[in-house]
Amino acid sequence: MSDALGLYNYWIAIFLMMVGFYNVIASGNLVKKLIGLSIFQTSVFLLYITMGKVKDGTAPILGDGYDTFSNPLPHVLILTAIVVGIATTAVGLALVVRIQEHFGTIEEDELIAQEDSP
Amino acid sequence: MSSHLPIVPIVLPMIAAPLCSLLRRPALIWPLATGVGWLVFAACAALLMQVVESGPIVYTMANWDAPIGIEYRIDLLNAYILVLVSGIAAVVLLYAPQSAASELPQDRHHLFCAAFLLCLTGLLGITITGDAFNVYVFLEISSLASYALISVSRDPRALKAAYKYLIMGTIGATFILIAVGLMYMMTGTLNMADLAQRVKMVEDTRTILMAFAFLSIGIMLKIALFPMHAWLPNAYSYAPSLVTAFIAATSTKVSLYVFLRFVFTIFGAEYAFNTLRFNDVLLPLALLGIVVASAVAIYQTDLKRLLAYSSVAQIGYIVLGISMGTVTGLTAGLAHMFNHALMKGALFLAVGCIVLRLHSSRLEDMAGLGKRMPITSFAFVLGGLGLIGVPLTAGFISKWYLLLGTLELGWWPVTVLLLISSLLAVAYVWRFVEVAYFQPPPAEASSNEAPLSMQIPLWMLLATTLYFGLQTDVTTGLAQRAALWLLGGGQ
Repeated sequence: MSDALGLYNYWIAIFLMMVGFYNVIASGNLVKKLIGLSIFQTSVFLLYITMGKVKDGTAPILGDGYDTFSNPLPHVLILTAIVVGIATTAVGLALVVRIQEHFGTIEEDELIAQEDSP
Repeated sequence: MSSHLPIVPIVLPMIAAPLCSLLRRPALIWPLATGVGWLVFAACAALLMQVVESGPIVYTMANWDAPIGIEYRIDLLNAYILVLVSGIAAVVLLYAPQSAASELPQDRHHLFCAAFLLCLTGLLGITITGDAFNVYVFLEISSLASYALISVSRDPRALKAAYKYLIMGTIGATFILIAVGLMYMMTGTLNMADLAQRVKMVEDTRTILMAFAFLSIGIMLKIALFPMHAWLPNAYSYAPSLVTAFIAATSTKVSLYVFLRFVFTIFGAEYAFNTLRFNDVLLPLALLGIVVASAVAIYQTDLKRLLAYSSVAQIGYIVLGISMGTVTGLTAGLAHMFNHALMKGALFLAVGCIVLRLHSSRLEDMAGLGKRMPITSFAFVLGGLGLIGVPLTAGFISKWYLLLGTLELGWWPVTVLLLISSLLAVAYVWRFVEVAYFQPPPAEASSNEAPLSMQIPLWMLLATTLYFGLQTDVTTGLAQRAALWLLGGGQ
């Protein structure tokens, strides 16, 4: 039991993942979908950062009195993934702006209704 | 110089992309991009020859040895895919200027060209790299570029298609990212060769099982395996024709390569097919995809959409070959990857020629096309015959191997299903033949063939499909060697 609680970071990561994922699927607003997608991606960042953490570890900088370090590699990987996430959100929002310009709405059901009645 | 050859296919398009967006003048950027495309193709062909002669090439980025640095590892499998992707890109770039002039806004050519080259960089990068995280990064480079490429179309519905693709593609890529993270957690390495050795030691853990699950779902989204293909038909139908030709021929194939790479060389065929019985999942999905998508294709009123659904079905064939888990099956899958890319590329290029003249890809507008555009119509029919799998075309060879594979395993119902699905393919290709050759052209229509600069690339691709329909030892020979190598665990 204490094991399960001790891994609370992973619980949070999974919770955020599901919140984001649900939002992507259930939300009808294109911007809200992108917000969900962002939360979904962020949860994965948290997963990576958690796995790099070593108990009582500090940042991996050599200095007197420190001999336990967290693994810096997952943290560096996530820097790249954060950049990718930002790029995705930016492209997504740019598409939403163009959709709003052309169709006058960013609600999914209204977009589908427009398509059905040409 | 030759020792730095593996980096050429990545660096050249990556440098040319910003250069294109700076130069701005269509008269300058298209020759530049086309030149880069052909140079990259030459480099990839040289790499393939080197691999065939002397075995895998390992290139360490900036002399940082793996596992600390990122290494590029080129073996038979990815050299084969590299040649395919760069070859299609080179041909499509030759075709691009005319098609882009009629289908794209004039002031966007330089940005379009930059996105195209970035997409190419990403696709080649996924294929060439030997680092699991690097795959994710290149995957996102190519995906982000392709969302932009799709959305630049004049048809505003392309925006919605690109948005949908963005959502589904990002979910797929994030799943792959999770899988890579979980594998790193258990093994402490991202290098594919190291992963292959260490995953075996911990393959009983639930973490690796979850990594496998996330990875396979993520990649299935990317390869548009039925029923995860929802993004594909709209994206293919509304994108500019040359983008459709390029993406349809390359992007799903590269994702399939990622699938093969992870499943066969990292997890191993033994783990995926014997321990997890993963083929019990793949086989029904592949068969459903083949039958349902072929049937849906028959009822389409838009030629591009028809071909898009046919693509979903053809991906089913490839996955069917993979799910057999035998040398023949895998050979068929690999050969069909190659052949289908050439055929679909050629077919979408033919549609691009038609759209250039008719400004529409609706079947009802194509009445009497056989008289108005005889050469293009003939090209389309030849490509269509390949899709059906008529002897003397490349499509026949890979379907033949598929049939052999099912017979070897004694899967009679699957054999019958394959033959039925070929009939469905006859039906959807016939849709075009009927409209183009058996309906009179509208009175005011004049014969108006597409320009030579578009005909030549189209016929180049078609000629290769016919050539590989006769010269089978090149494609299937290589595919067979790659298949043997994959089933041997890629060692």
